[in-house]
Amino acid sequence: MEANILDNLEVVYQKPETLTDTPFHYCPGCGHGVAHRVIMEVVEELGIQDQTIGVAPVGCSVFAYHYMNVDMQEAAHGRASAAATGIKRVLPDKYVFSYQGDGDLAAIGTAETIHTVNRGENILMVFVNNAIYGMTGGQMAPTSLCGQVTSTSPYGREATQIGFPLKITELIAQLPGAYFVARHAVHTPNAVRKLKKALKSAFEYQKLNKGTCFIEIVSNCPSGWKMNPLDSQKWIEENMFPMYPLGDIKVPGKSTTPSTENN
Amino acid sequence: MENSNKKEVRLMKGNEALAEAAIRAGIKAYFGYPITPQSEILEYFTEQAPKRNFTVLQAESEVASINMIYGAAGAGARVMTSSSSPGVSLMQEGISYIATAELPCLIVNITRGGPGLGTIQPSQGDYFQSVKGGGHGDYKLIVLAPSSVQEMADFVFEGFKLAEKYRNPALILADGALGQMMEKLVLPEEGSLPHVTPDWATIGKTKDRERNVITSLHIQPEKMEAVNHHLQEKYKAMEQEVRFEEYFMDDAEIVFVAFGLSARICQKAVDIVREKGIKAGLIRPITLFPFPKQRIADAAQNAAGFMVVEMNAGQMVEDVQLAVNGKCPVYFKGRMGGMIPTPEEIAVELEAKFIHHEEEV
Amino acid sequence: MIKGTVLIATDICKGCELCVAACPQHCLTLSKQINTKGYRFAELKNEECTGCVNCALVCPDAAITVYRQAKIKKAV
Repeated sequence: MEANILDNLEVVYQKPETLTDTPFHYCPGCGHGVAHRVIMEVVEELGIQDQTIGVAPVGCSVFAYHYMNVDMQEAAHGRASAAATGIKRVLPDKYVFSYQGDGDLAAIGTAETIHTVNRGENILMVFVNNAIYGMTGGQMAPTSLCGQVTSTSPYGREATQIGFPLKITELIAQLPGAYFVARHAVHTPNAVRKLKKALKSAFEYQKLNKGTCFIEIVSNCPSGWKMNPLDSQKWIEENMFPMYPLGDIKVPGKSTTPSTENN
Repeated sequence: MENSNKKEVRLMKGNEALAEAAIRAGIKAYFGYPITPQSEILEYFTEQAPKRNFTVLQAESEVASINMIYGAAGAGARVMTSSSSPGVSLMQEGISYIATAELPCLIVNITRGGPGLGTIQPSQGDYFQSVKGGGHGDYKLIVLAPSSVQEMADFVFEGFKLAEKYRNPALILADGALGQMMEKLVLPEEGSLPHVTPDWATIGKTKDRERNVITSLHIQPEKMEAVNHHLQEKYKAMEQEVRFEEYFMDDAEIVFVAFGLSARICQKAVDIVREKGIKAGLIRPITLFPFPKQRIADAAQNAAGFMVVEMNAGQMVEDVQLAVNGKCPVYFKGRMGGMIPTPEEIAVELEAKFIHHEEEV
Repeated sequence: MIKGTVLIATDICKGCELCVAACPQHCLTLSKQINTKGYRFAELKNEECTGCVNCALVCPDAAITVYRQAKIKKAV
C-alpha cells in the first residue's frame, strides 16, 4: 500500500481498546469473538470501562477475561448470574454483565438464570446460543434442535427421549423482573449492528434500575457442527432462526407479556 | 434502636447472636437460604437490613448463595452466608472455587444430624467436610468451633479477621444446639473491625492499573501446581493461628479432646470423674483447622490415654490419633444422628476404658 | 466513489472467510501463503474497497482495521 494513500485516510473502524492484545483462542469463524468485541465496543463507546465488571462462564468462553479488558470474575458452571448478583448487590452503582453459553445458562444454571431475572437484578445477561457444547467436544445442548446430530445425540435429538429445545429467552421474557429481552445474531454485518445497538441500550438501561436486561445471541459452532464457517452461517439462517427468531421479545414501555404487568 | 456501640449484656439465641455480631462486624451483604436449624440467621438479617447498612438476599438455593458470595467477596466486600449440613454440602463446589480464588468470606454451618436428609437435631458430623477441604481439590478453610453463645458472636469477628488476613474463607462450625440455645453474652462493639477494599477486588478497572481477574482456573498444569504450592504455603502459615482451651490439664492423666458442644459436656464429665479421684482434663480445640496437634502431642508424652468425644461416628478422633502417634491409647465416645451424649454416660465410658480396660478403637 | 482500505492483522487471522463473504465489493480473498499459525489469511485482492466496515463487523478475531478517504475539503 502506498504511504501517501494512507495519509489521506482516516480510521473508521478498529479493535476497541477495551479488548486486550491477546488473540482469541476460538475456532476459526466462531461467533464468540464477535460477541466479545461488540460488548467491549459498547463499553468503550459509553466510557464505562472503569465502572464495568464482567462475569465469565464455564464453556468455550471460560477465558473471556483474557480478552475483555475490564475487571472480571470467572464463575462456576451455571452460576455466572449468581456471581453477578453478588457483585451488583455490593456495587449497585457499577455496570455488571454476565456472559454465558447455552449449557451454562440454560442447563446447569437454569435456576440461577430464572431467579436472577425474576428478582430483576439490574445487570445485563448475555446469552450465546450455538445449540451445542463446544468446549467439551460437541455434545447436545438444551437448545440443540430436534434432529440435530451431536456427539451425545448421534441419531439426532429425539424430543420424546430427551426433550425439546429450550427457548429460555421466551421464558425469561415472561418474568416481571425482565426489563429488556431481545434475540440477536452475529452472522452478518447488519445483524452485528443491531446487536450492538441492543447491547448499548441494555448497558444504558442498567442505570435506570428497572430490571434485568437479557440478550440472546444466536451464534454458530463450525467445529461442533462439523461444517466450515460460511456453511455454519447458512445453517443458522436455515435451522436456528425458525426456532430462535431474531428481534425484540420484551421492550421497555411495550407490554409483550401483558399478564406479567403488575403496576 | 438502642445504642449499639455500648457493650451490653444480652440474652440471645446463638443464631441471633451470630447474626447481630455480623452486622456489628460491618458485613456488606448476606446471602442465604432457609434451612433448619439456622433459619433465624436469615430471619434476623431480613428484619435488621432496612434499619442498618447492609444487603440481605434470600437466594434460590445454597448453590446460588455461595456463588453470590463468590461474586460479592470478589468485589472486595465483607460478606457471609450460613446454612446447615445438607445446604453446606450443596455449597462445596463454590467453596472450592472461593478457596482457590482466595476470597475472604465467612461461612457458617449450624450442623444437623446426617447423613442424608438426616434430622434437624444437633450433630458434629461435618467435621471432616469442614477441616479436610470438603469439596474437590486440595484446599483448607479456617475452621472455628464455638461452644457458647458468646463465642457464636465473638468468632464472627475472629472469622472475618482471619479470613481477611489470609485471603481465605473461614468457617464457623457450630451445631443446632448452639444455634438454638439462649445464653447471656456481651456483644462485640459495632465498628470495631475496620474494612478496606482490597486492591485485587473487581470494582472497575481504572486507567492506572491492569484489570483485576478473580478466577480459580489455571489450565496450564505448571501454573496450577504453582497455585497449589502457594495455597499449601499459606495453609502452613495459618498453623500459627491455632487456638485451644484447656480444663484441668495441669495434672491430667486422662485427656478428653472435644470441640464445640461436646467440649461443654466433657467439662461436666471431667468434674464428675474428678470427684471420684480420676485425674481427667480436657483439651478443647477452638480452631479445628489449624488443629492443635502439637498441644495434643505434648499431652500424649505423660498421659495414660485420651478419650475423644464427638457427636458423630468418630471424625476428629483420627486427627487426635495422628497427633498422639501411638504414644498412648486413644478411645472414642460418640453419639450420632442428632443424639447428644450426657456427661454421665461419658464418665461411665471413661471408667470402662481406663478402669475396666476395655478395647481401644 | 469513496475510497477505502483495510489493514488485516494477518498473524491472528484464522482464514474463516467470513469477511470475504461479507464484502459487498468482492475485494477480499484468502492468501496463497500461510501465517505462523498455519492459516491462509484474508487479504485485499483489488482496490475496490470503500471502507464500508462490513468485513470488520463480522471478523471473529477483531483482526481488521478499516480506513476511509477523508472528505475532500474545498479549497478556499
